[in-house]
Amino acid sequence: MIRSMLKFSLLLAGAAIFAYPFLWMLAGSFKPELEINGLSLWSSQASLHNYEAVLTKIPIGRAFLNSVIVSLTTTASVVLFGSMVGYALARLRFAGSSLLTALILFTMMIPFQITLIPQYILMVKLGLTDTYVSLIAPTMMSAFSIVVFRQFFMTLPQALIDAARVDGCSELRILFLLIWPLSRAVILTVAILTFMASWNDVLWPLIVVRERTLMTMPQLVTIFVIGGEAESQLGMELAAATFLALPVVVAYAFFQRYFIESMTYTGIKG
Amino acid sequence: MSRRFNIISAVRHSDRRGYLFVLPYVVFFLLFVAYPLVFSFLLIFHRWDIVTPMKWIGLRNFERLVSDPQFFRAMRNTFVFLLIHIPLQIVVALAFAMLLNTRGILRGFFRAVYFLPVVVSGVVVTILWQNLYSYDSGVLNSLLHLVGIGKVPWLIDPGVAMPSIAIMATWKNVGIYIVLFLIGLQNIPKEVYESASLDGAGPFSRFFRITLPMLNSTMTLIVALSTIGGFSLFIEPYVLTGGGPMQSTMSAMLYIYNQAFYFGHMGYAATLGIVFALVILAVVLLQRKVVEADAT
Repeated sequence: MIRSMLKFSLLLAGAAIFAYPFLWMLAGSFKPELEINGLSLWSSQASLHNYEAVLTKIPIGRAFLNSVIVSLTTTASVVLFGSMVGYALARLRFAGSSLLTALILFTMMIPFQITLIPQYILMVKLGLTDTYVSLIAPTMMSAFSIVVFRQFFMTLPQALIDAARVDGCSELRILFLLIWPLSRAVILTVAILTFMASWNDVLWPLIVVRERTLMTMPQLVTIFVIGGEAESQLGMELAAATFLALPVVVAYAFFQRYFIESMTYTGIKG
Repeated sequence: MSRRFNIISAVRHSDRRGYLFVLPYVVFFLLFVAYPLVFSFLLIFHRWDIVTPMKWIGLRNFERLVSDPQFFRAMRNTFVFLLIHIPLQIVVALAFAMLLNTRGILRGFFRAVYFLPVVVSGVVVTILWQNLYSYDSGVLNSLLHLVGIGKVPWLIDPGVAMPSIAIMATWKNVGIYIVLFLIGLQNIPKEVYESASLDGAGPFSRFFRITLPMLNSTMTLIVALSTIGGFSLFIEPYVLTGGGPMQSTMSAMLYIYNQAFYFGHMGYAATLGIVFALVILAVVLLQRKVVEADAT
């Protein structure tokens, strides 16, 4: 009894350590500047002032839209092409398929530090900097997603696919109408991991986008905070950070189990 | 002979639709993997600022690298970060995983809360911790003041700043590793503990003789993942400290970024990138070797 009480209080202390800073951020974003630096989450003068200030200073609504466009397109593309390639490698026999599989596994081992600068140069050469294309294209497909899909598709019974082929279904129909509905969990996993990585990525946007109206949300908030526009006004920084955190936290609230379970797939990356 | 026959028949029976399915990826691969790789190896022999024409300079980028104290400093900083971050991460993650791996109320809730920083952008986490770490009025120093400990110069002292970033990174990522350890723990058969208890093994010997050895593969995975993740340390020092104070939080990735996109030294930055990537691969392979040697 005492032991389980002790364990519970340790777990509770842990929850405070992980949750309190977020609550402090949320509370602080409503507080007047002088009140923020306290431990208390309560303010008698709470207002939307900081949010109004952020909205007038930076185009955060536009940045939100940009992030939504970039993340959703990237996610859709990774799922679509990842499942197509994964299906071909798992279920279609063609010369070179094992070579391609090896190549994809090799790709996963390349540290991004090598390809980052040449990828930027490619974007410059193609005249694509400061476009959505430059934000989306380099992450449109991922070796990781292909491997995840391939592994899952290999576990499906051959009889299922044979039956559909006998019925005269094209391979695309088999993939999208027969196999996709069976793969909801894997699709959701790949989608969540991709969306999260895309939404939170800031290094690549910082490199290819200078135009403010094209910046993604994390990029704009970063520039806002370190570029001096926030004028060291803590309340505004916290409001901007809350804006940035909110969409992912809401998604997390709905798909919490899938977010957490998706992490088990990261093992494949190692 | 029969092998050759197999290949021929494989080609003949080859499913052409397969090529159609993989074609988009092949194009993608050529553009965003193969081309950058090849270009990277070209770039290291050149001086280039993107605007003016490329200039062949042979091995001068490497000569510059070996006598660039700032790069070595940045590499050292990155290793300091890893050496604090990884052990801390493993200890904290394992402790919470073991607490969660017991029957009781709210376990799912706690797991969800610990995982929250994982899903949130590093930018948000960094803005938060900038204020938690604030010297005069930050939450952490206020708490320390309450219990009678003096102020800690979290981000001001060059000797403390990198450990501070390592603590912050642990707070952000530990949720992933709690989940991975939890899975590892749940895969240990209960009977093993039961028979060990019957043999009179106490909690400590059960932990060191059963739990830890049985978590070996999880541990390997976690070390590899957090090493690769740790080497890409960028946004935290970029936002939090800009690499300061006195270059103490200048990570290798931030240094490469500055060389390329702040100073426009594309050739030199590409050289740094390749050397850095080789170091990463070497470290990861070395870790694997050590773990395999340990296991036998």
